[in-house]
Amino acid sequence: MKLDAKIPSGPLTEKWDNYKFEMKLISPSNKRKYKAIVVGSGLAGASAAASLAELGYNVDCFCYQDSPRRAHSISAQGGINAAKNYQNDGDSIYRLFYDTVKGGDFRSREANVYRLAQVSNNIIDQCAAQGVPFAREYGGLLDNRSFGGSQVSRTFYARGQTGQQLLLGAYSALSRQIGLGKVKMYNRTEMLDIVVVDDRAVGIVVRDMINGKISSYAADVVILTTGGYGNVYYLSTNAIGCNVTAAYRAYKKGALFANPCYTQIHPTCIPVSGDYQSKLTLMSESLRNDGRIWVPIAKGDKRPAAQIPEDERDYFLERKYPSFGNLAPRDISSRSAKEACDDGRGVGETGVGVYLDFADAIGRLGKNVIAERYGNLFDMYERITGEDPYTVPMRIYPASHYTMGGLWVDYNLESTIPGLFVLGEANFSDHGANRLGASALMQGLADGYFVVPYTVGNHFATKGPAGVDTTHPEFKKVEEEVKQRTEKFLSIGGNRSADSFHRELGTIMWDNCGMGRNEAGLKKALEMIPKVREEFWQNLKVLGKNEELNQALEYAGRVADFIEFSEVMCHDALDRNESCGAHFREEYQTAEGEAMRNDNDYLYVAAWEYKGVGQKPEIHKEPLEYENIKLATRSYK
Amino acid sequence: MNLTLYVWRQKNADDKGRMETYQANDISSHMSFLEMLDVVNERLLTDGIEPIAFDHDCREGICGMCSLVINGNPHGPEKGTTVCQLHMRHFKDGDKIYIEPWRAKAFPVIKDLIVDRSAFDRIMQAGGFVSVNTGGTPDANAIPIPKENADTAMDAAQCIGCGACVAACKNASAMLFLAAKVSQYAYLPQGQAERTERVKNMLTQMDLEGFGNCTNFYECEAVCPKEISVKFIAKLNREFLRATVKKP
Ligand SMILES: Cc1cc2nc3c(=O)[nH]c(=O)nc-3n(C[C@H](O)[C@H](O)[C@H](O)COP(=O)(O)OP(=O)(O)OC[C@H]3O[C@@H](n4cnc5c(N)ncnc54)[C@H](O)[C@@H]3O)c2cc1C
Ligand code: FES
Repeated sequence: MKLDAKIPSGPLTEKWDNYKFEMKLISPSNKRKYKAIVVGSGLAGASAAASLAELGYNVDCFCYQDSPRRAHSISAQGGINAAKNYQNDGDSIYRLFYDTVKGGDFRSREANVYRLAQVSNNIIDQCAAQGVPFAREYGGLLDNRSFGGSQVSRTFYARGQTGQQLLLGAYSALSRQIGLGKVKMYNRTEMLDIVVVDDRAVGIVVRDMINGKISSYAADVVILTTGGYGNVYYLSTNAIGCNVTAAYRAYKKGALFANPCYTQIHPTCIPVSGDYQSKLTLMSESLRNDGRIWVPIAKGDKRPAAQIPEDERDYFLERKYPSFGNLAPRDISSRSAKEACDDGRGVGETGVGVYLDFADAIGRLGKNVIAERYGNLFDMYERITGEDPYTVPMRIYPASHYTMGGLWVDYNLESTIPGLFVLGEANFSDHGANRLGASALMQGLADGYFVVPYTVGNHFATKGPAGVDTTHPEFKKVEEEVKQRTEKFLSIGGNRSADSFHRELGTIMWDNCGMGRNEAGLKKALEMIPKVREEFWQNLKVLGKNEELNQALEYAGRVADFIEFSEVMCHDALDRNESCGAHFREEYQTAEGEAMRNDNDYLYVAAWEYKGVGQKPEIHKEPLEYENIKLATRSYK
Repeated sequence: MNLTLYVWRQKNADDKGRMETYQANDISSHMSFLEMLDVVNERLLTDGIEPIAFDHDCREGICGMCSLVINGNPHGPEKGTTVCQLHMRHFKDGDKIYIEPWRAKAFPVIKDLIVDRSAFDRIMQAGGFVSVNTGGTPDANAIPIPKENADTAMDAAQCIGCGACVAACKNASAMLFLAAKVSQYAYLPQGQAERTERVKNMLTQMDLEGFGNCTNFYECEAVCPKEISVKFIAKLNREFLRATVKKP
């Protein structure tokens, strides 16, 4: 299979505009003859569904929560980037583009990232027009802050609830279209497979999570916006329901999965406190603007933070990366924290944590300013840990947070299955091997508001209607497969919950394919995972039946997919004999412990093709070509 | 610690439902309330009893999915805290804990502790938006907004749509939920064009859904996990008055 990214020709800065002009259009009166299925209602899904409906297309939209407003995008805290340069501090579209490519350690596509930077400004305008209450300065204009991996202030925010406010904005646009009858919304409905006829995605098979009914929906295009797979590690900052199922089902139907090993481990999360733990809570990266990260210099120093004098503290990020300091990118900050803890200098009861200290900032700015900036985060920290961060430094540790990998898409955001588009965190497109803070919200909304309304329209105009409805035998066949699989979960009658398998898998992945990876560990994981899989299918216990609300049954399906998917991740990590971005292969590092990239051999996107359960998938390589940016060693020193 | 749980179990919308008693032993005070329920569910599974169904997702107090009434209090005893953020350190050994679903005519029970809150979505569909299409919007800084107004709008906009306000209200009124959305837009220039229609349409939908009226008990504010102020209900009332006196 030859991967064609379909990047338009011409100079970088003109590609998108020229391409938009070349696209075919559909007349307003013909638009209502086309239907799109949008799976997911997060930033990517809600914005796409609303925008397509506004254009006049019919949309069926699905989510597994009880309301589209609850998609996981809601929990994003820190902010959203845009190249507005409102602060007059030297930002530009080109700089945002450059920072994103560099932040991604030169493993993303130039053309996609440039387009992202271009439309970033439209996003802010759009959201402001919707009534999103962004933070403002006294003069009434929008306020900005800086975020990890950048030296300009380009991040827009709404207190510590930026994702919530942006999602509620997109949800309001979606609600308006639902009210107008242009979008049909299916809540508590889980997509369990996609249907492909004559090499074109024509619909999906879903399970109604209230009554268990399995049914089909047909459309002229299917758009997946189902989020990331960070829960493969069991513990993560993702919502409990976040899953790989939709993407993985598409992969099994022929969509390639790109760069699955690029998973982001976020540096500032509340550390694990016990083995009952169900999730980890993110403390927004924005805290690193004012908090200083440190551990004691001496190993095993168990004194309370306040009793450790200044000269016995190691502000390790400031020491190692003087020009970025506490704002070093996520992958680098996370690894440095892990190093400190592995070195026996971690803090807290478990020794697996580092301090994030606000004492200096409170001294400099006063408690009120800090409360105004981070009040809700401080409250959240206190609720969870029972400690007051105004007086005792926070303890933080890295946790699985975001997945750069995802279904492979071309410049149109179309996967290798024609008619299947993938947006938001579910695709692999823009962040290379590491995502910069405040760029996921930007990407999700760019994809949904400003890219896919064009490229899907072009798809309709060039390919015409799919001409298949749910009476087609392929729909019946897939429905039958889904039913059998569901029945299978219920009939195994073993002894272990899906949760216990998920935890076991999570530990294997965290230990062997987490913040640090090496050949031996990855090979070990590839031996262990099939055993977990086999036991899962023999010893799973799910009570109840299909024809009712059955949370254990839903969960079993997701865990089954995580187990199979985790092997693809390990194969990818094993293939990539280099360290780049969040993918840190311990064999490939400098004497100082910095990542060693290998541009000669690994300047490609690895896109994996399904070859059967337990079989090694086949790799397809999309070479990355840099025409504008000079490849450089990423340095934040 | 060891606890006794009294939990509402109801197979489906048609079932009458009843309280069941479960023992929750060896619970760590560091656990969250939902993690305690996870542990109980894992043990129920071992005993061949179907796990307790409850809604949850983000587990960090922002998605609005979790919705339990604990000892008669929506979201439990801690002020300004969703139940997913409630930790067991607020309970003690030997406690008896009653766990029930939101109870309101407009929120029918689907199973156990899970209710149907789609009425909230329909209220939003009736008017909880600014009618702008994607594209063609002015530069975001073209419309300055006084910081004070933006902050007040944000205070209101924080609503997570969980429905605790309804569950706490003797009349099962959705006024605080509505007030939050109507006020957010009323304080912003973007919301002005549809100000009159919005409040009327949303209130009409609220009545259609079978929510009650507000008689100023203010239980809603007391349980709101985002501590949204009842001053927004006053604002809503003024908005409604303004809309009704204004000739179309
Ligand atoms: C705690 C936290 C904080 C973050 N903070 C920031 C930040 O400050 N800035 C930033 O830029 N990014 C941030 N991120 C990342 C960002 O929030 C996400 O990457 C982004 O919101 C993903 O949006 P999405 O639309 O792709 O997917 P999601 O919002 O995850 O939505 C997925 C949708 O798909 C649906 N779905 C999934 N599977 C199925 C299925 N099988 N069937 C039916 N429906 C399905 C879900 O119901 C949901 O509606 C943060 C992430 C986390 C975890
Ligand atoms: S689970 Fe999201 S608010 Fe409680």
